Amino acid sequence: MAVIWQNILTFLQGVLRFIGDPITILNQWLTGVLSGWGANATLIQVILAILGGASLVLGGLFFTVFLIWLERKVGGRFQDRLGPNRVGPWGLFQPLADMVKIFTKEYITPTGADKIPYNLAPVLSVGAVLAVIAVIPFASTIFGVNINVGVVYLMAVGAIGELGIIMAGLGSNNKYALIAGFRAVANLISYEVPMVLVLLIPVMFSGSLGMNDIARSQNVWYIFLAPLSAAIFFIASIAENSRAPFDLIEADSELVAGFNVEYSGLKFGMFYVADFLHSATAALIFATLFLGGWRGPGAESIPILGFIYLSVKATVVYFLILHIRFTVPRFRIDQMMNFNWKFLTPLALVVLAATAVVDKAIPSNLTALRIGVNWIVNIAIWVAADRLVRVVAPKRVVPEVARPRPLARPPLANPPQAAAEHEPGGEA
Amino acid sequence: MFTDWIYLGIFLVIAFALPLAAITFAGVISPKKPNPIKDSIYECGIEPIGESRIQFKVQYYVYGLIFLVFDVETVLLFPWAVAYNQLTLFGVLEAVLFIAILAAALIYAWRKGALEWL
Repeated sequence: MAVIWQNILTFLQGVLRFIGDPITILNQWLTGVLSGWGANATLIQVILAILGGASLVLGGLFFTVFLIWLERKVGGRFQDRLGPNRVGPWGLFQPLADMVKIFTKEYITPTGADKIPYNLAPVLSVGAVLAVIAVIPFASTIFGVNINVGVVYLMAVGAIGELGIIMAGLGSNNKYALIAGFRAVANLISYEVPMVLVLLIPVMFSGSLGMNDIARSQNVWYIFLAPLSAAIFFIASIAENSRAPFDLIEADSELVAGFNVEYSGLKFGMFYVADFLHSATAALIFATLFLGGWRGPGAESIPILGFIYLSVKATVVYFLILHIRFTVPRFRIDQMMNFNWKFLTPLALVVLAATAVVDKAIPSNLTALRIGVNWIVNIAIWVAADRLVRVVAPKRVVPEVARPRPLARPPLANPPQAAAEHEPGGEA
Repeated sequence: MFTDWIYLGIFLVIAFALPLAAITFAGVISPKKPNPIKDSIYECGIEPIGESRIQFKVQYYVYGLIFLVFDVETVLLFPWAVAYNQLTLFGVLEAVLFIAILAAALIYAWRKGALEWL
């Protein structure tokens, strides 16, 4: 009798250990099985890499189904509707039904489309977002890979996603799509500047470019040390994945659907998958860089707790992204560019310089003093920026080149003497 | 010899192959009945006017030029940020000087009107 109890207890302990750290145990088990079959070490690692990569990518793709449901449901609530509620409990299977439908829809390729960019664009958009998942640490042991240039990799791969949008714009042979492509370029290159500038701050604090190292080094969440940088990063990452209020590349009211206007079937669906997944990865990246990632009580010894902590943090950030999407109206392109180049970028430069100096001046072991002084500096910068925008900027004289000119002048019956400064044919 | 980079390579292949496979699969099972009207370019229901590949606004190009400066800047700042914990205050102030020069460049571009959306 005691032996049976002993066995049950061992089994339960094993189950608990498995739930606590599934990846390491699966890894050990699979390595054991494969080496039992006579595979050598390199082959085992390659097989495990393929399995791990495939499960992360597939996990990401199927997670999108849930994200689409979440977005529609939350959006419905924001707009005083119910959202999907017919297919399955709380409409949970609605995206699955949509997915089945979209698989059977015809691909309509517009005449004169540039075939290679046109067909490559959806693959690039989704692939780039999926590739980001490789460097996100979900827990101390659950991550794709902790490369030593993780942050730079994030920026590089993020740009490939925008490249997909640009290719869609160029290849579609459609004016709306092309204008969306131009805007995508402007969007990407503009908001990347403040984003990368404040991205330096977690790198500075942790002394590493690896995502898992940054998460691991956050004894204090970096949002407490650099609140303004976190805010800039958050805004820039919303803009970077062209969410509302920065969704100028698919502005329904002016560009119909923007870059994806000529797409149909699953190619169209792929852009949507990329969009939803991009928001989710943006939330995960923000949570990792500024909210401590998987750090939390007990997360080091029981990795699954870290996964839960990261999920909670990322969900909060994702909800914030949704909240902004459904409550803030869309910017105009000039407002968006002005906001970036005349506000966010100078602010990011000042914040970076100030944080670097202040944090160096204070010994890193005085945590409370560090947080306090950083907060004071950040609030001071914010107040100064606010005063500048509200008081000084409206008084500034607008340069001559910025004056709006009429595109076409009505023909004048008797040209006055001012005609000399408007040469005919000078400005179109 | 198995490094993180080989894993990343495998991951990238999977990440780009799966959407491609899905699109190809959907292409196989979906109907294919093209006709000239269906394939025509969408332009709010009217006949498309002129060339679709229109000229772009020169302002995009100016932003591109300014971006180039800042992109090179951040590439130079990343090694500094990684070494930040080992740096003295003097090393940090040097980087601040570097950032200040770039801020001056931004102000110059601003004064010249390069940041205005015409």
